[in-house]
Amino acid sequence: MSTLETLENGLEATITAMPAGECRRRLEALGLREGKRVRKVSGMPFCGPVTVLLDGRQIAIGHGVACRVEVAEPMSKEGASAGR
Amino acid sequence: MSGCCDWKKCSRCPGSCLPPTDPKEPCDDRILLIGNPNVGKSVFFTRLTGVHALSSNYPGTTVGFTEGRLRLPDRCFRLIDVPGAYTLDPTNEAEEVARRIVDEGGEVALIVVDATALERNLFLALQTLERDIPAVIALNMVDEARHKGIFVDVAALERELGVPVVPTVAVSGQGIKEIVDRLGEARPGPFEPSDGDERWRRIGKIVQAVQRVEHRHHTLRDRLEDLSVHPLWGGLIGVFVLAFSFWAIRQVGEGLIDLVLDPIFETLWMPLLTSISQALGGEGLAHFFLIGNLIDGAIDPEQSFGLLSTGLYVPLVMVLPYIVAFYAMLSFLEDLGYLPRLAIVFDSLLHRLGLHGYAIVPTLLGVGCNVPGILATRVLESQRERFIAATLISVAVPCASLQAMIVGSLGNWGMRFVALVYLTLILSWVILGRILHKVLPGYSPELVVEIPPYRIPSLKGLGLKLWFRVKDFLVEAIPLVLGGVLLVDLLYMAGVIPTLARLLSPLFKGLLGLPPEAAGPILLGFLRKDVAVGMLLPLGLTPQQMVVAVVTLAMTFPCIATFIVLGKELGGKKTAASIAIMLATALLAGGLLNLTFSLTGA
Repeated sequence: MSTLETLENGLEATITAMPAGECRRRLEALGLREGKRVRKVSGMPFCGPVTVLLDGRQIAIGHGVACRVEVAEPMSKEGASAGR
Repeated sequence: MSGCCDWKKCSRCPGSCLPPTDPKEPCDDRILLIGNPNVGKSVFFTRLTGVHALSSNYPGTTVGFTEGRLRLPDRCFRLIDVPGAYTLDPTNEAEEVARRIVDEGGEVALIVVDATALERNLFLALQTLERDIPAVIALNMVDEARHKGIFVDVAALERELGVPVVPTVAVSGQGIKEIVDRLGEARPGPFEPSDGDERWRRIGKIVQAVQRVEHRHHTLRDRLEDLSVHPLWGGLIGVFVLAFSFWAIRQVGEGLIDLVLDPIFETLWMPLLTSISQALGGEGLAHFFLIGNLIDGAIDPEQSFGLLSTGLYVPLVMVLPYIVAFYAMLSFLEDLGYLPRLAIVFDSLLHRLGLHGYAIVPTLLGVGCNVPGILATRVLESQRERFIAATLISVAVPCASLQAMIVGSLGNWGMRFVALVYLTLILSWVILGRILHKVLPGYSPELVVEIPPYRIPSLKGLGLKLWFRVKDFLVEAIPLVLGGVLLVDLLYMAGVIPTLARLLSPLFKGLLGLPPEAAGPILLGFLRKDVAVGMLLPLGLTPQQMVVAVVTLAMTFPCIATFIVLGKELGGKKTAASIAIMLATALLAGGLLNLTFSLTGA
């Protein structure tokens, strides 16, 4: 199971599951929810935040939350990462 | 509160085109200016009321709410600038304030929607439309949306939402007049209250019906945006930006002092002071208060401690240039949209201090003045975070005035002493944060934040912002510095300072290695730090003693303005805790520095 944290930089993926509760509300408020496509821009070192591109807008998500947002990687353009 | 510009000449901003409002006129109908963070609500507010509201290119500029008047030919409205919120189910303090204001209701809700992020913005819009309050929607930043290849069919959106929708570009004033014209058409939305999932489904349908997105190629801006959060480059850029900023602030500040303000003071003000001094006979009560003590037979603007000498020299010549330089730089970075990116770079460090990356914004504001810094901690989610952030700011973040004095008092001995003070402050900031994080119950919330696009700041916007911030400094600081100088003189005359110095001398001598006379300035630092550092100058300290004294002073009681804000924001009990932590940290840091100096024999 991939998460936003393990997703490779530059790849696009579809969100399949999000954490519950307060955390979910904050993610939803920014437009992140199941079924949305995001592109991972970067993950900072030392358990830093993950930045994703959602509808043309960058969103930074703390490491602890990013680990709990599950994604399904589609077939990448080059076929290099073979989905799940 | 009245209009800002010449209202007859100004054709594009109808709010300020109207005659200045009469503050006594009854005006009870409220317009609520509602929208996500960073969609330009404050720009609308300024356009509509002529009252300047601070706007920046990052979410969370408006943490309290601002109110102004909008005078239409036939009626008068109170315009409320509601803090930016993504949802009316609050996830932070700003959203709680927003919810409270919306709950109280109003005649019209003016909902500002960012056309570049329509889907996300519609969530709050729909939440508001479900509430049975007459609404008008401003579809803002349509120019930027078009540029990004996002096209919104305004007529279709109006049909879908059932309320008037006006495309606008608030920064240039486009569409503002139409908004005002259509306020009368405001009506409640046709939506029944629903839950989150249902609302998102509804939004999905609306967006599909009204929005068309064309693919655009990667622009230079996109590339810069990606690079700024790159694991390696992002960090390097962050360090470079900070280092460059501080270097530039120092260069500009020093340049202004050496080339502009000092010469002005020397050539225009000093001769006047000298003749006043001579007219008063060089001594006596009036001379003591106005001019102060003569140092080696001459007036020394830094050390004489008269109202007209030191009382004016410190705020206007020594501090003001750094304030101007700092706020010019900060405002530029703010409006550019760099600060949230800095939050990403610093997130992992700040996490170890019980905060998250966004705490870098209040901290940087605190480097200018601790007061707005502590106010800005409201953007943080939990009480615990706010306590840690506010305490760290008041203990270890030196404001611009203090920094000007640190450089002023130690710079002559060489920059390494200045660097030592900064190093001690940074170390204290990290260690204290670490301890608070370990000791305080609770956990540090995660960063979840929207990163605004880079925007080239407008010169006019920057100029206005700089002017308002500098004005705040002048209005707030000059009376306090003058009061501080007066109080110092009075306390000296009453013999209070020698008594205090005697009482505290064991502490000062034993722990900090300072002469007892240093007690007075450090205690008076409560009023204003810059005055207190000035009082240390005549004591003839060694550079090492000066470092200890300045560090202790920088870390003890925040100045009175910060103290008041701290009390308001944290409440009595937490402020007391914060002060206790502050005293302990200051004495410990000063003591350790003194110990290090005596052990190394430096």
